[in-house]
Amino acid sequence: MNKKLKSFAGILGSVFLTLFGLTVVTFLIGRVMPVDPVIAAVGDNASEAVISRARVEMGLDQPVIVQFFHYLGQVLRGDFGTSVLTHNPVWVDIARFFPATLELATAALILSTVIGIPLGVWAATRQGKLIDQVIRVVCLAGHSVPVFMLALVSLLVFYATLGIAPGPGRQNIIFDGMIPQVTGLLTVDSLIEGDWDAFYDALAHMVQPVCILAYFSMAYITRMTRAFMLGALKGEFIITARAKGLSAFTVVWIHAFPTVAVQLVTVLALTYAGLLEGAVVTETVFSWPGIGQYLTVSLMNADMNPVVGSTLLIGVIYVGLNLIADLLYRVLDPRVR
Amino acid sequence: MLVDIQNLKISFASRNSRFDAVRGVSMQLGTEKLGIVGESGSGKSLTARALMKLLPSNATIEADALRFDGIDVLAASERQMRKIRGKRAGFILQDPKYSLNPVMTIGRQIAESWRTHKGGGKKEAFEAAITLLDQVKIRNPREVASVYPHEVSGGMGQRVMIAMMLAPDPELLIADEPTSALDATVQAEILRLIEELVSERNMGLILISHDLPLVSHFCDRVMVMYSGRVLEELKASELLNAQHPYTQGLLNCIPSLTHPRERLPVLTRDATWLTA
Amino acid sequence: MMLTNFRNWALDETPASRGQAAWGHRYRIWLSLKANPLAVLGLAIIVLFVVLSLLAPWLATHDPATQDLANRLSKPTAIHWFGTDELGRDIYSRILFGGRVTLGMVISVVILVAPIGLAVGCIAGYFGGIVDTVLMRVTDVFLAFPRLILALAFVAALKPGVESAVLAIALTSWPPYARLARAETLTVRGTDFIAAYRLTGASSWRIILRHIAPLCVPSLIVRVTLDMSSIIITAASLGFLGMGAQPPSPEWGAMIATAKRFLFEQWWVAVIPCIAILLVSLAFNFLGDGLRDVLDPKEG
Repeated sequence: MNKKLKSFAGILGSVFLTLFGLTVVTFLIGRVMPVDPVIAAVGDNASEAVISRARVEMGLDQPVIVQFFHYLGQVLRGDFGTSVLTHNPVWVDIARFFPATLELATAALILSTVIGIPLGVWAATRQGKLIDQVIRVVCLAGHSVPVFMLALVSLLVFYATLGIAPGPGRQNIIFDGMIPQVTGLLTVDSLIEGDWDAFYDALAHMVQPVCILAYFSMAYITRMTRAFMLGALKGEFIITARAKGLSAFTVVWIHAFPTVAVQLVTVLALTYAGLLEGAVVTETVFSWPGIGQYLTVSLMNADMNPVVGSTLLIGVIYVGLNLIADLLYRVLDPRVR
Repeated sequence: MLVDIQNLKISFASRNSRFDAVRGVSMQLGTEKLGIVGESGSGKSLTARALMKLLPSNATIEADALRFDGIDVLAASERQMRKIRGKRAGFILQDPKYSLNPVMTIGRQIAESWRTHKGGGKKEAFEAAITLLDQVKIRNPREVASVYPHEVSGGMGQRVMIAMMLAPDPELLIADEPTSALDATVQAEILRLIEELVSERNMGLILISHDLPLVSHFCDRVMVMYSGRVLEELKASELLNAQHPYTQGLLNCIPSLTHPRERLPVLTRDATWLTA
Repeated sequence: MMLTNFRNWALDETPASRGQAAWGHRYRIWLSLKANPLAVLGLAIIVLFVVLSLLAPWLATHDPATQDLANRLSKPTAIHWFGTDELGRDIYSRILFGGRVTLGMVISVVILVAPIGLAVGCIAGYFGGIVDTVLMRVTDVFLAFPRLILALAFVAALKPGVESAVLAIALTSWPPYARLARAETLTVRGTDFIAAYRLTGASSWRIILRHIAPLCVPSLIVRVTLDMSSIIITAASLGFLGMGAQPPSPEWGAMIATAKRFLFEQWWVAVIPCIAILLVSLAFNFLGDGLRDVLDPKEG
């Protein structure tokens, strides 16, 4: 028990150190690197009064170390400054936009898992045969095509040419503001409200971005599943299972698959993190009001506070997901217990 | 006649070359105990696995006859093989550390074996598993049934393996080096257990090993293999009268407490054994 | 005739010199690679890409910057093989010159990243202790960010442009190489032959530089090749978001960004650069996959 506590403390300590490092990096990005951090924070059009006030607030006349701890304090309080574009505190904007990204990422993760894992298992059982090669190439393509390309082509083909998918945006104009926000997830909220039309509309708008994000995470999930299963299928216990006269399905899914399930959980956590990255570009193309678009729009307008705030948040989530993956691994694998 | 093999050939093909691992092996087996002895690479494991069609996919099998109780294994489909595997022929592998599923409890693995071929509910199967664990002389079967394979010793793991393979009441048991991964003290116990159970249930046994004295002690007949061929086949009781120089060489190498010698002879291989 | 002589010399089972053995090793790797059709295809595309980029000034039909506002957004014709963009510039020529920009960015990133990653990893792995801990902490921090997002943040802090983009991508790409080099160093550190070098009085730096670092190179090469497509895509994504090469530079990502508005009518203006990016990325992935199978089969 003592040893477990120690290793757990070790992991937590490691995480805190990484988070601290994240704060240092974002501090460098926000305050040290820009030519004039004040202008970066308040924009070129701010008045002299605003600029000088910001200069004092940000403590730029003080040594860097002091500035850093000032920044750290602000971050820990959730104060990421104000956005020049929206005039809101950054954390307010983030709270508003994050559920939209969450909706996309979660749906994409579910879709890519449901399709990706069986595909990877299938490829492993047919190693070297045609279907395995095809799956490998499809996954390789997933690593080779930029997200924005797929997004643009998808819009072009399915929206503009074939007209079967709705255009950019999260919902049709007519539904704007009609659904009270409970969770921030439009699909869930419209179900709670009982508005089926709004639900279908939200769902229809989600299809393209979710499928595109899912394709990219699927490429990773399938490849890792295939690699893990290939290893598992080489085990002696698989021969035992076959010798028992079990069906192929039982051998693959009841015997081989559970031994890799734990590693896959780690993969899924990492995939979720990667989805955040993919969301940045996808949201931009589909005008999806999530954190990704918030980040890129702020970028294009040289609005630094949202950029720093969003980057830090995404970094923290990344670290959190890695931590969860690590802990889950230790909890679930009976061999480690 | 449980097993009838005639002129079995197994080869492995890689990109440029072909390796003939088994080159014309023949054997027959009734309700008796046969020991197959040979060094690593002699093809003894492959022969046994061919009978249950458990070879890797890059292996090619040819034979004049490969029959289990009259059923043509060579022509059999996977479906037909699944009726033989487990139900009519059991297979014990060498190292329970690797041959048991590491993330499934012992009880569940045995129960699965029982249920697949005998049907019945989960509870029934679990109770049957405990009975079987008792039959393989495990002292606290109920406890052992709920733990994972890595939590028990090698000897216990092998008993679990035996219990698992005997659950469906097969007619033939193939034991591929069942004691090679165990301590010397445990080896004899496990083999005695196998012998007892096999005799009780009136089963055939193919015992594969590299340990000649061990095999001769527990089997009725012994088959000596070398480099994919059978060099000699004889009754265990007549082992000391072995004709083939390889067998004689093996017998000579065995150290003896009752007849100690100054120097142990070294087996010198004769190239003619490869083609004999 | 000369080829068969070389082949026999290289594949000689008993090489007479270290050079001969080295060449034999390389030739065998080449033969294994050749057996993989996808890897060969990838290599061919990459070679084509490099050649076309280098020869762009001679292969282009027009000056990539010349505008022809009367002839905007035209379909592919005999004069303009890929059509013209929103300012009437020839797309084919811009693709060629854009390839140069991409090639330049990728090479710059690799030149920055590989030595730094190798150095950090080898030093951390060899010296261990506090040095290792500190260096790995720093690596972990950079690994904690998704690559594109950190790169975006860096570029935003500096001025958007090719140099910033290259620096940003390099800053976010080096951690995996450091980890890789460190892992390799750890496996080699305890070996007898390294101990022998220490006993002959070689300094730590000499050992790292001349004996350990070269051993890490093969897996690094595989990793770099596999990473190339990710670097290219990140660079293009930065360009697409307006953070990389700035207009009027013919960088492929930037081309797509400006052509986005006309996606539904004149789709080829945006799609053709997309295809270029796709082909080059695919090529690097095919080659990297093949290289990995040949050089480092345990990871297959």
